[in-house]
Amino acid sequence: MHTMTAAIAEKTSASGAEPLYLAFSLNNQDYAVPITQVQEIREWSRVTPLPNSPHYIKGVLNLRGTIVPIIDMRLRFQLVEKDYDAFTVIVVVNVRDRLAGLVVDTVSDVLRVGPDERCTMSEFEGQANRPFIEGLAQVDGQLLILLDVQRLVNPEDLATVAGSS
Amino acid sequence: MVIELRQFHQTFFDESLEGLANMESSLLRLESHPDSNALDVREMLNAIFRVVHSIKGGSGTFGFGWIADFSHLLEGLLDDLREGRRTPDKPILDLLLRSVDCLRSLLDAARTNGTVDKRPVEEVTLALEDLRRTSAEGEPLETTEKVIVSATGWRIVFRPTAGIFRSGNDPLRIMRELKRLGEMKVRCDFQALPAWREFDPESCYLGWTIELQGDISRPAIDEVFAWVIDDALLEISPIAASVKVAQGEASAEASTGGVKLHGTSLRIATHKVDTLMDVVGELVITHTMLRQTATHFTSEDLPQLFAGLSLLERNVRELQESVMSIRLLPISFMFSRLPRLVRDIGEQLGKRVELRLGGEQTELDKTVIERISDPILHMVRNSLDHGIESPEERRAAGKPEMGYIRLEAKQKGGNVIIEIEDDGRGLPYDKILERAMSTGAVAPNTRLTPEQLNEIIFLPGISTSESVTDLSGRGVGLDVVRNNVRGLGGNVEVSSRPGHGTRFVMRLPLTLAILDGLGLQVGAQTYILPLVSITESVRLGLEDIQRLPGGGEVFAMRKDYLPLVRLHHIFGIKPRSEDVSQGTVVVIEADGSRAGLFVDEILGQQQVVIKSLETHYRRIDGIAAATILGDGTVALILDAGGLIRLAHVNANPPVAVYDTTATDSASGTTLH
Amino acid sequence: MATILTVDDTATMRQMISFTLGSVGHQVIEATDGAEALEIARGRKFDLVIADVNMPNMDGISLVKNLRTLPDYRFTPILILTTESQDKKRQEGRTAGATGWIVKPFNPEQLLTVVKKVLG
Repeated sequence: MHTMTAAIAEKTSASGAEPLYLAFSLNNQDYAVPITQVQEIREWSRVTPLPNSPHYIKGVLNLRGTIVPIIDMRLRFQLVEKDYDAFTVIVVVNVRDRLAGLVVDTVSDVLRVGPDERCTMSEFEGQANRPFIEGLAQVDGQLLILLDVQRLVNPEDLATVAGSS
Repeated sequence: MVIELRQFHQTFFDESLEGLANMESSLLRLESHPDSNALDVREMLNAIFRVVHSIKGGSGTFGFGWIADFSHLLEGLLDDLREGRRTPDKPILDLLLRSVDCLRSLLDAARTNGTVDKRPVEEVTLALEDLRRTSAEGEPLETTEKVIVSATGWRIVFRPTAGIFRSGNDPLRIMRELKRLGEMKVRCDFQALPAWREFDPESCYLGWTIELQGDISRPAIDEVFAWVIDDALLEISPIAASVKVAQGEASAEASTGGVKLHGTSLRIATHKVDTLMDVVGELVITHTMLRQTATHFTSEDLPQLFAGLSLLERNVRELQESVMSIRLLPISFMFSRLPRLVRDIGEQLGKRVELRLGGEQTELDKTVIERISDPILHMVRNSLDHGIESPEERRAAGKPEMGYIRLEAKQKGGNVIIEIEDDGRGLPYDKILERAMSTGAVAPNTRLTPEQLNEIIFLPGISTSESVTDLSGRGVGLDVVRNNVRGLGGNVEVSSRPGHGTRFVMRLPLTLAILDGLGLQVGAQTYILPLVSITESVRLGLEDIQRLPGGGEVFAMRKDYLPLVRLHHIFGIKPRSEDVSQGTVVVIEADGSRAGLFVDEILGQQQVVIKSLETHYRRIDGIAAATILGDGTVALILDAGGLIRLAHVNANPPVAVYDTTATDSASGTTLH
Repeated sequence: MATILTVDDTATMRQMISFTLGSVGHQVIEATDGAEALEIARGRKFDLVIADVNMPNMDGISLVKNLRTLPDYRFTPILILTTESQDKKRQEGRTAGATGWIVKPFNPEQLLTVVKKVLG
């Protein structure tokens, strides 16, 4: 993952006030999370499953002595399940000292998303993943779904879904 | 050079709060033993004075002017008390106790940069000011008028007494100071020099006449001589003077406002750090030895390598124990809050209660102490509110008017036991049962044993009093108490004799960080089961298992039938085998219930470091925590009580199988 | 640099004094009350003693008196810590043989100034 870190470093050092996002793909759709909330990117490794937990919680991982829950984003967003492969990575996010690992198909790029790139989102009923979407953006003609990471790792949300599963 | 004062804040706050706790307990002792001998009283008052004096000094230094002002007022009253100008009667002690509360909240606000409820502070301040006004010996009013003189120069005649050296003062130092103020001409006066035979080298025989030129203020000169003014003949006169009189002096003191502090601190006895240092020293030596062995390693060095490794193992164990001991604090940290609580609430309720504390030096992990404080306070409140009867009621029952609440802590193996006992009226079993039936927790017309009743009061919604008072607490029931204690890997049980009293026994782990466990294998997963919850392990055949209508399974254990919990089943994982005869059954016990846990294999005993799951995730039923195994993977630590409860939920409908002969059997068929 | 004995029953004060004087290179030894200070002083000689007045076991004034009876401490500078209002204590201290005093509250800079003054 050295190249990725280098890319982040390079882009971060560039001047400009517009926030940087880490883009990744899930089922051929690009998503992005604020780079400030990304702690590290890891290759997929075996996790310890947790009983009585929602199906999208793949388990927990030892991250240098800390027990971190790992969330399969495909399952979280009710997408088709896919076998993990060499491109599968875990994006470790850190929101207010709460850690979680997001399993995604692959990490694609670090992008600058300013007001110009942002596009309006027309609300439509029954969008199950709507609470986790912070906004939409268009970069190089591609639609980018910006995620609300805090909501994604919120223990309340994890717990409620757990109860209903 | 700038020294950041903020770095001393934590010490100041810690020390002040500790001092206030001591002050509070001394005040309570003064109150409960008004006939103590005068010497003791005086010593206590002196100690209290010192606490307030230190807080005043510290808060002045750190710019918490308002705390310093409050302490100053309080100090005045305390000084009157220790000098015997006032007697520490009940109203005064009351006021002092309220002052403790005020100081606590003021300090807390300063520490967290938060706000403080001004009203009580203002009330106490007013009361203290009133007392000062009526004080037998009022402080003399300081004159605010000061004469400030400046001159183009000063003539100073300085003739120290012979003994000036004996106070550690040195005329030379004073000259040096003066020279700093301006241009100086000195004439030495040898007149008093005695004959050589009579000369005492430790005495001062010289005098000086000094002319100091420059725009120098008189106070600046006075300050130089301030320490020796009584040890010298001193004349200071202006050479050409202008005199002005100033009314008062503008105080340049401005409080710097509050500060923000992060994190908590731990005060550690020096000897514990020394021990730690020793162990680290040994570790370094062992490391050097191992490295030398490894550098030119041949098979002949093998014994040396193993010796080194066993040394390393010992060092690591010592290091671990040593670090653990640093986290341990005496439970007196928590107990010290109780005398005040018992006194205040007892008074409020018109009850006479003696608080008996024992084993206050018993040490517990800092986190454990923090987390059991509220449960213990709750139970003590409960005893005061519902346990101890009014003096009249007690007299009528032939009991002494003064009741007692006894708290005792003791260490027993890897656990700490805390007993909370009162000699009150005992648990009202009929009411508890009635309530349990009305909430549906117990089926109507059920007969329960006293032991079962003792368990029922820990169910949600049972222990909260029908007349909710503000005393026994914010609607928090014993169910919350038990959950808190269980969250720490401990347990709490109750026993009671109507008319004689109630006793709670709380069992807590000594430390939270390390656990003795048994490794269990189920399918691909490894689990750790705390050793304390295991009674034995058995091998069963298919014929030993009996299926109950509704899906539950039981097996005979001597004369009891225990439910069989298939771990793979309740955790939804794939076992190596479903066949009971292919695996092992571990008998677990918690909260008076037992069950057999079916697993593939027992891996062996091991010590594990406990890691919280809740830091980044949440609590899971049946799981106490997690740990990291030698290969870096995560293993879950099982919660025996939770597993037994899960087994009951999973068996549907509720199974009618309980360990009926066990005296402390818990829930029955009647419980959900 | 100098070796200094600081005597105070409050850890905050000790810590502040130690740190401040230590930061300019002095060696500072701490004692929590007069009795302990006297014990330490018997074992070695200090260039300066800074003592609080209000302390359990042995207060600052008695400490000064006792120190002055030790041959090693006949001329050693001894400073007492007093508050603004403790005029009487200051006089008592002087009578007992204290060199001078430092008025509490003080900040590190003020402490350094006084110590520099005494040690030269």
